[in-house]
Amino acid sequence: MKFLHIAATTAAFGLTTTAAFAETNITFWHAMGGQLGETVNQMAADFNASQDEYKITPVYKGSYEETLTAGIAAFRAGEQPNIIQVFDAGAATVIGAKGATIPVADLLADNGVDFDINDYITGVRYFYADSDDKMIGMPFNSSTPIMYYNIDALEKAGVTPPKTWEEFASTTAPALKEAGYIPLSQSHLPWIFTENFFSRHNLQFASNNNGYDSTDTKILIDNPAIKAHFSALSDWKEQGLFEWYGTGWGDNAKPFEEGQVAMWLGSSGSFGGLLQKDLGFEFSATMLPYWEGVTKEPTQTFIGGAALFAMAGKSAEENKATAEFFKFLTAPETQYFWHKETGYVPITQAAYEAAADDGHYERFPAAEVGIKQLTLPAGDHTKGYRMGFYVQIRDIMNREYGRILTGETDVDSAFKAIETEANALLARFAKTQG
Amino acid sequence: MKRAGFTTIWLPVALLLPQLMIIAIFFYWPAGWAVQSSFYLQDPFGFGSTFVGVDNYTDLANNGEYMRIAWFTVVYSALVTFFSLSIALLLAVKADNVIRGAKTYRTLLMWVYAIAPPVAGFLGILFFDQRNGPLTIFFQTFGWDFKLGVNYNSTATAMVMAAVWKQIPVNFIFFLSGLQSIPRAVREAAMIDNRSATGRFWQVTFPLLAPTAFFLLIINITYALFDTFGIIDALMKGEPGNNPMTLVYKVYLDGFRGNDLGGSSAQSVILMVLVLLLTIFQFRLIERRIHYT
Repeated sequence: MKFLHIAATTAAFGLTTTAAFAETNITFWHAMGGQLGETVNQMAADFNASQDEYKITPVYKGSYEETLTAGIAAFRAGEQPNIIQVFDAGAATVIGAKGATIPVADLLADNGVDFDINDYITGVRYFYADSDDKMIGMPFNSSTPIMYYNIDALEKAGVTPPKTWEEFASTTAPALKEAGYIPLSQSHLPWIFTENFFSRHNLQFASNNNGYDSTDTKILIDNPAIKAHFSALSDWKEQGLFEWYGTGWGDNAKPFEEGQVAMWLGSSGSFGGLLQKDLGFEFSATMLPYWEGVTKEPTQTFIGGAALFAMAGKSAEENKATAEFFKFLTAPETQYFWHKETGYVPITQAAYEAAADDGHYERFPAAEVGIKQLTLPAGDHTKGYRMGFYVQIRDIMNREYGRILTGETDVDSAFKAIETEANALLARFAKTQG
Repeated sequence: MKRAGFTTIWLPVALLLPQLMIIAIFFYWPAGWAVQSSFYLQDPFGFGSTFVGVDNYTDLANNGEYMRIAWFTVVYSALVTFFSLSIALLLAVKADNVIRGAKTYRTLLMWVYAIAPPVAGFLGILFFDQRNGPLTIFFQTFGWDFKLGVNYNSTATAMVMAAVWKQIPVNFIFFLSGLQSIPRAVREAAMIDNRSATGRFWQVTFPLLAPTAFFLLIINITYALFDTFGIIDALMKGEPGNNPMTLVYKVYLDGFRGNDLGGSSAQSVILMVLVLLLTIFQFRLIERRIHYT
C-alpha cells in the first residue's frame, strides 16, 4: 500500500513536470484527518495519475465546523477553493446560500458527465438535494449510525445482538451486565438518538417536509416517542446498563475499544479505523435498534458524514476539472476503494455491487450493515432534514441531553428547552436569508 | 519653569501616526464593523441580510442560557482572580524570606509563565483524564465523582485550576518585585514597633504593595475574562456539550462555529462595553485612592 502510494505520487509529480503547460489546478478543502486523510490523499494522487490535464490538491482544514468556516471566510474574500467538504449539519447554510455553489447536477450536465440521481443508493440520494430533488452536493463520505458489538462479550453473556430496544432492555443488557460489561455506549446523541431516531421510526422531525420546502420551519422534537427513549436511557444509566462519557466522540468509543463496553453505537465510517486498531477481541456490527412499541416496520436511516460542493466563481476550465474529479470519485472502483479503506458506504448502486462481487461482505459482514440500513424501505420522513443554524441546534441538544444524563434536568424540561431555543434559531436563520 | 515643546505641529503628528494607525486598523475599524453587523442578521456567505434593529440584543437578554453563561463568567473570573492572586502573594512572601537557594526557587516558580494557555489546557486534560488522570483519581479518593466533560462542576473546577496554575507565575513575579522594592529602613522600623509577622504584613507590607496588587487585580480580571480562552477550548475538546463556558467562548462558538454573525457581533459589543466600564472603574474610582510611590 505504502509503495503504491509513493509510486502514484511520484507518477503524479512526473506528470506535473512534463505537462505543466496544459494542466488545470484545482483545490479541495476537506475535514478528513488521520487515516481518512491519508485515504483522501491517495485518491487525489490516483486521480492526478489517471490523466494529465488536471491536478487536484487536497488540503486538510481541521474539523467539519472549521472547514466550513474557513470556506465561508475564503468565499467572502474571493479566494474560495474549487471543492469544499460540508457536513450534514452545515447543509442548510451552504445550500441556502444560492450562488455560493454550483449544484452538482448542473455542474456534471454542463461538462458532459453522465449523471442520473437514480444511480445512487436510496438513503444517500436526497439528503443534499433541494426540495425539487435536484442534487446540490455530491455525497462523499456517507455514513450512518450502526451498532458495533464485541463478539466475545456477547458470547460470554450468551446473547445475540438486539434488534429492538425492548430486547436490549429486557434481555441483552442485563445479561451483559451480569457478564461484567458495561452493556452500551454511544458517540453522538443528536445524530444517533435524535435525527436517526426520527428517521428509523419514520417520525416527522420538522415542519415543511423536515425543512426542505421552506425556511420558516419549526422543529418537532417535543415528541413522546423520543422523550420516552431518553427517559429509558436515563434509567438504563442508573441501572448500569448504559454509560455516557461526555459529548466527545472518542471519549465514548474508547471504552468499547478497550473492551469494557460491550456494544457501541458509532458510524459505519468507523469500521476501517476499528479494523486497523487490532482491538484484541472480535467485533461485528448490526443495525440501529428500534422501539417495537413505536413502529413494527422500521425504516431506513439517513446519511451522516459530508458532501462535496463545487464552489461558484471559478473559471470554466476549473469547473470542468472539478466535474472530472467528481466523475472519478463516483466511479465504482474509486468508491469501492474508499468503502474498503474507511467503511464509509459506497454511494452508488454500481459500487455496492462491485464490492459484493469482490466478496468484500463475505470477508467483512459488518461492512455491509450500513448500506443495508440505508437501503431499507423509505418513509415520508426519511429523506433527511434541512434546518439552518443547525450546528447551534445540535449544541443545544448536546447540552440538554448532557443535563438529563447528569441529573441536572428532567426529560420534559429538556425537550421544551430544545424546542424553544431551536425554533428561535430557525426564525433567526430565516431572516438571514432575506 | 521651562517647558520643552515641539516647534512644529507636524513632528509630533508624524511620531504618533504609526501608533494611531495601528489602533485605527486593528481596533476602531473592526469594532465599527462589529457594531454595524450587530444590527443585522446576515447569511454567512454574504448573500442576504436583514436589518433587525436591536433584536440581536433583546434575543440575548431573553435567552436564559446566555444569562447562565454570564453568571458563570462572573463566578469564574472571581475565583480565578482570587486564587491566582492570593496563592501568588503567599508564594512571593515566602520566597522573599528565603535566603539560601533563592534564585532556584524563583526560577522554578516562574517557569510556568512560559507555557501557552492551550498547552496549559492540554496538560489539564492529562491531569483530569476521565480514567487515569492523577487529579481525577485524587478527587475520587475523597468520594467526589469527578468526571471532566461529563459533570458541569467537574469541568468548571478543572477550568479554574488550570487557569489559576497558569496565572500564578505572572502574579508571583510582580509581587516579588513589589516586595523587594519596599525600603529596608521601613521594614526595620516596623520590626521594632510590631513583633508579630502577620501584623507587620497587614499593617505595613500589604499597604505598600497596594499599587502592585491593584494593577494585578485588573490584569487578572481581564485574564480570566479573555485570555483563558485557550484553556477552556482545550478542556472542552471541541464539543461544548453541557460544559461551562465564558462569554468570550460563546462569542467564538456562535460566530465561528455556528456562523451567526449578527448574534456573535452583538455579544462582542456587549464585551467591549464591559471592558470600557472596567477601564473607567480602574481610572476613576480606584486609582485616586492608591498611591504609587
